[in-house]
Amino acid sequence: MCAALPQALLRVEAMSNSIEIKNLDLRFGSFEVLQDLNLDIGKGEFLVLLGSSGCGKSTLLNCIAGLLDVSAGQIHINGENVTWAEPSERGIGMVFQSYALYPQMTVEGNLSFGLKNAKLPKAEIAQRVKRASEILQIEPLLKRKPAALSGGQRQRVAIGRALVRDVDVFLFDEPLSNLDAKLRADLRVEIKRLHQKLNNTMVYVTHDQIEAMTLADRIAIMRDGKIMQLGTPDEIYGLPMNKYVADFIGSPSMNFIDGSIKNGAFTVDELNLSLAGYEFASGEAVDRSATLGIRPEHVVTGELVSHSPYSIDVEVELIEPTGSDKLIDCQVAGHLFRVRMDGQAQVSVGETLKLGIDPARVSLFDTATEIRL
Amino acid sequence: MTEASGLPLEGPQGPKPRRVLSRRNIFLYGTLFVITLYYAMPLYVMIVTSLKGMPEIRLGNIFSPPMEVTFEPWVKAWSQACTGLTCNGLSTGFWNSVKITIPSVILSISIASVNGYALANWKFKGANVFFTILIFGAFIPYQVMLYPIVIILREIGLYGSLGGLVLVHTIFGMPILTLLFRNYFSSLPEELFKAARVDGAKFWGIYFRIMVPMSLPIFTVAVILQVTGIWNDFLFGVVYTGPETYPMTVSLNNIVNSTQGVKEYNINMAATIITGLVPLTIYFVSGRLFVRGIAAGAVKG
Repeated sequence: MCAALPQALLRVEAMSNSIEIKNLDLRFGSFEVLQDLNLDIGKGEFLVLLGSSGCGKSTLLNCIAGLLDVSAGQIHINGENVTWAEPSERGIGMVFQSYALYPQMTVEGNLSFGLKNAKLPKAEIAQRVKRASEILQIEPLLKRKPAALSGGQRQRVAIGRALVRDVDVFLFDEPLSNLDAKLRADLRVEIKRLHQKLNNTMVYVTHDQIEAMTLADRIAIMRDGKIMQLGTPDEIYGLPMNKYVADFIGSPSMNFIDGSIKNGAFTVDELNLSLAGYEFASGEAVDRSATLGIRPEHVVTGELVSHSPYSIDVEVELIEPTGSDKLIDCQVAGHLFRVRMDGQAQVSVGETLKLGIDPARVSLFDTATEIRL
Repeated sequence: MTEASGLPLEGPQGPKPRRVLSRRNIFLYGTLFVITLYYAMPLYVMIVTSLKGMPEIRLGNIFSPPMEVTFEPWVKAWSQACTGLTCNGLSTGFWNSVKITIPSVILSISIASVNGYALANWKFKGANVFFTILIFGAFIPYQVMLYPIVIILREIGLYGSLGGLVLVHTIFGMPILTLLFRNYFSSLPEELFKAARVDGAKFWGIYFRIMVPMSLPIFTVAVILQVTGIWNDFLFGVVYTGPETYPMTVSLNNIVNSTQGVKEYNINMAATIITGLVPLTIYFVSGRLFVRGIAAGAVKG
């Protein structure tokens, strides 16, 4: 009993959600952008909405911000129904992809614009601007116009504009997409630090899976206005709930082989992989047609093969060295199959390579419904 | 010479040589010269004639510069030339035109810019229908509406007054100006508008604090269009005002076409130049901004 009590308290804590989206529908004319979408985001959680372009992730963010009117459903922020509330009344701060800084105002003017609209006392405004600019290290830039700032500095100011509002919820709409690769990696770390420091709820839209994996507490993968899977980065990567998610996450992407499950083994052509160790969602193996998914980095080569429950011989067709890794193209059961090897591995085209596969690390999907078995 | 270039390079190197007198250049500059002449000659004749006395004009050498420069025709055109019965020159018409143009320009641009802003950023119900009707208005020939507007102005008691003409100019400027402003505001990044909404700015706050400060080029274009358009207007001026309130263009016409006595070409030329000075000044002052404003809608900044 005593041991169960903190557990129960934790659950109550977890139930106080920062954002709750209930049966959300959004239509443009007859075109359904979001369909019956439900999503709860906990207090202090970093949630990433991930998906390819046109999946509705930015639309969902705009709905949360109140910049788009929903067709049906409700949005609650901090326990209040804000479905009809103005964006400024929702207790949110938003950061846009194009920075959206007001070009004719100085950095200071940009930071204080929202506060002036809220009719805050001057001293309070000055103090908040000072605090935000300290956190983001933009104090020397306060008197400059946005045109005189670099891309990274502009995005920092844009984050600052959300910061001064002193709100519980931050919304990021692809904030790093306009920056070059190096700066993107730097600012990514900074956003993560900021989240650790402020510990407020952040909803972050991106199409970059690295950003999603590194930043998120949970990732929602979206497709055609629906959430395909919601889970921690580990779950999304290790236990994809359907073939779309499995294919979307991971680079290079997962290898897929169509075949069938017979007597507890996955078989097709020369492949006969015993599934002992694979955890079926239904608990047991049923004979059926299925798709096998194996990540390139979950295939072992060299001495490790002897420890693998199953091994297969393939011929090396193509080698792509990337420095840290070597990507090998080969054929398994008539499908292109990619393997990630160590960057120092000695291998040449035409060579026969022994691959070790562990059934505990593969994914199996129903061929027709593409849902994880 | 550095050490590395011990061996001189052979073959084409550096900038490609271009001949100044190539066939292309001769053709290009020749054409430009002819076109310049075509436009500059009439202006030259006007200026030269306006500075001559009548005896010199009667000699018929319209291209020759004046032997005796006189500014009397300019003074006469401004204050003494006869328009029908009165002989006050252009001055009355000039001040009338100023009184018509300034309020019309300010009114029409203020209303049209808010229209364009609302249409571009606040997608209200029926916005597209409203916009279509407004644009359709731009294609209705003025002549169709001349007489109905006479009746309307008479009924509201504005017929023959400057206020009536200001109203007409404001209404007729609306379609094209609204289109201009709508397209400009649509070309501004939408995220800026969204950011301002998150920052709690309302309709007028966003308009005055965010949109207007970013819109100097398009306001310049609108001012040029309206000032030249309203200043040069003749039809509305002659229809909706009376002899006391005639704008400058109508006065000019009355001076040039008055049939009493001899045709005083020097006064006519001076009067025409004076009338044209206002739009001309506007062009010279804001030409650079004008070009920038017209291009601003086309390419996203």
